[in-house]
Amino acid sequence: MNFEFTEEQGMLRDSVARFIQDSYAFDTRCKIAASDEAMSRDNWQTLAELGWLSVPFAEEHGGFGGSPVDTMVVMEEFGKGLVLEPYLATVLLFGGLLQRGGTVEQQAELIPRIIEGGCLGAFAYLERQSRYELADIKTTASAQGDSFVLNGEKVVVFNGASADQLIVSARTRGEQSDRDGITLLLVPADAAGIERSSYRLMDGQLVANILFQDVQVPAADVVGEQHAGFDLMHEVVTAANIALAAEALGIMGQLNAKTLEYTKTRKQFGVAIGSFQALQHRMVDTFMAYEQTKSLLYRAVCELDGGGDDVAACVHALKVMVDRSGRKIFGEAIQLHGGMGITDELDIGHYAKRLMMINTTFGNGDYHQAQFSQLRYSA
Amino acid sequence: MDTSFAPEDLAFRDEVRAFFAEAYDAELQARLNNLETFRDAVIDWQKRLYKQGWIAPGWPKEYGGTGWNATQKFIYETERTAAGIRDVIPFGLNMVGPVIYQFGNEEQKERFLPRILQSEDWWCQGYSEPGAGSDLASLKTRAVREGDEYIVTGAKIWTSYAQYADWIFCLVRTNSDGKKQEGISFLLIDMKSPGIKVNPIVSIDGHYSLNEVEFNDVRVPVANLIGEQDKGWTYAKALLAHERTAIAGVADSKRTLAQTREFAAREVNGGKSLLSDPLFQKRLSDIEIELMALEFTELRVLASVASGGAPGAESSLLKIKGTEMQQAVQELKMEVAAYYQGVLPNELTPEQLGHDFGSQARQSYMYGRASTIYGGSNEVQKNVIAKAVLGL
Repeated sequence: MNFEFTEEQGMLRDSVARFIQDSYAFDTRCKIAASDEAMSRDNWQTLAELGWLSVPFAEEHGGFGGSPVDTMVVMEEFGKGLVLEPYLATVLLFGGLLQRGGTVEQQAELIPRIIEGGCLGAFAYLERQSRYELADIKTTASAQGDSFVLNGEKVVVFNGASADQLIVSARTRGEQSDRDGITLLLVPADAAGIERSSYRLMDGQLVANILFQDVQVPAADVVGEQHAGFDLMHEVVTAANIALAAEALGIMGQLNAKTLEYTKTRKQFGVAIGSFQALQHRMVDTFMAYEQTKSLLYRAVCELDGGGDDVAACVHALKVMVDRSGRKIFGEAIQLHGGMGITDELDIGHYAKRLMMINTTFGNGDYHQAQFSQLRYSA
Repeated sequence: MDTSFAPEDLAFRDEVRAFFAEAYDAELQARLNNLETFRDAVIDWQKRLYKQGWIAPGWPKEYGGTGWNATQKFIYETERTAAGIRDVIPFGLNMVGPVIYQFGNEEQKERFLPRILQSEDWWCQGYSEPGAGSDLASLKTRAVREGDEYIVTGAKIWTSYAQYADWIFCLVRTNSDGKKQEGISFLLIDMKSPGIKVNPIVSIDGHYSLNEVEFNDVRVPVANLIGEQDKGWTYAKALLAHERTAIAGVADSKRTLAQTREFAAREVNGGKSLLSDPLFQKRLSDIEIELMALEFTELRVLASVASGGAPGAESSLLKIKGTEMQQAVQELKMEVAAYYQGVLPNELTPEQLGHDFGSQARQSYMYGRASTIYGGSNEVQKNVIAKAVLGL
């Protein structure tokens, strides 16, 4: 039993932290968010050169062969810097689907390109009506000879505006919410019949709604088994949820540290406000919320890494904890910063908005608490 | 980062399981559950653990400890609570014992440690006073030296099981000059000494385990002083961090939660199982999720202790969260019992009464209110974290 990071993981953490410190100051980050693509392609190349785009991929494709712990380390540091580059969308979701379910040809063609920074990807799963149900899919892919014809609409696609390649979840049989009958299709983002409308989210991301009208997809571009796409995407989303929780933990740590620092310097009534017990106890509460979140993150990542049989429950629990702790921590951070806390100028609100977006991604706390209960308490 | 068990750990787990299954038998359990036989049954159980060599997992091997590593200790604790086996009475084995082997002289170690290990002496703790609760250092019980003796005058309160105790370890004031922490000494006092009077306190659960202990000119040999006079605060503080870690009781809460789940599954609520009620599930999962995290927080503290660190301010976190969770799960279990939570102990069988856990659940809930107060109230623990961890 140990909670130590390996020397390699320590070096990985240090190098990502150095990148954030040198290249991701808050004002730089604001400029990147305001740019056309809401990310920096130069930064993406730097990420590729430093080897971070290769972390979760198998060595046979030029990857680092990293474990979920390695991904956790990267994502926690990215959280601290509010990194906008599409690591989740390209490496963990799009890349994760290929790594776990792609054919030998798909992997050989695309994974090396992702690693070198030459392919941006997106996973188009969400529809207007689906909320947090991955299986709620109206988009259809009907077989015609050796191809599928894709029709439908995906919304709020992370990195949807800049992606070169998409993996799209579509219904190939069954009813709208059936888990069976879902097929994942690899589609170039510039294929005929695709229309993209992009817009921005509160956390700085540029996302897109994507319309598919009679898009032809060769059968060779199915990712995973036909009709059995649900298990594959569920597996990838499960791992992504742990990565997102790591990003959230990085943010929570920053919010707590910045708030603590502020209360030690901000003076009211002639003394530092951190000397007031009413505020001290609230900062102890946020400290404990942070530590508890870290514990569940470690539990989930060890369970996933060790191939345990309680991964699903751990991840549901983790999402609940991230939601609750996140709200508590950013709420107190804003309150304790006083009027400055509600300005756009200060980074506190930006951390808060990223936490809010993480909470809603792949299901909020209430959704996951219901799932947890279903798993644990239904006879 | 790795939390899986090695084959030798799994073998150890089987050994622990087998011992508990045999040694913690039904006859012993019945005697433990009867107030009339409770004291002797506890001693009997602890002697069985002593014979097995497992009475003091936390002690260094040279003094009679097991020499287990952190994983083995964790497995032992997990198995113990999973089997519903009560912890040892902590006052001798977990509290004064470690103080004696760390700060006592050779003569004191020889005199007291074997008797603690063999449960020959029942110890109680003389810390809190009628005027000094969480502000422990403001204690006023005085010990004045006269030749080879201290004359002790004052009173201690909330003393668990003083009515059974052979010995009490006390913090006493030996000096009133300077900072209040600096004039405190650590004394071991024979409960049979003339001038000691034990006054029972019936607690909110209707039981009697707490006492006030009066000291009226009680003569205590100087040989019973631990370490140096006026330095007792240092020794007491070392003990408090361990006490807080132990108070967290994560494994016990997990067990109570599992029981609560079972009881809720058989409880009918509007024609359906209470366990299927979404509002009930929300409350149950709130607790379970927090406990899943707390279990790992505890492991993280254990791991840092195992690699040479001392349980410091993190033990305050464990105490706060652990006791909050204990109370939450005690409350939920009691509420599953509905009307039957109100039942006082009586002569009816569960069949006659129509119920089997409400009374006990209420008593646990009521006595459980103490957990956020004792061992330094949770508000004081927050002050500790604010100062020691946050630097405020």
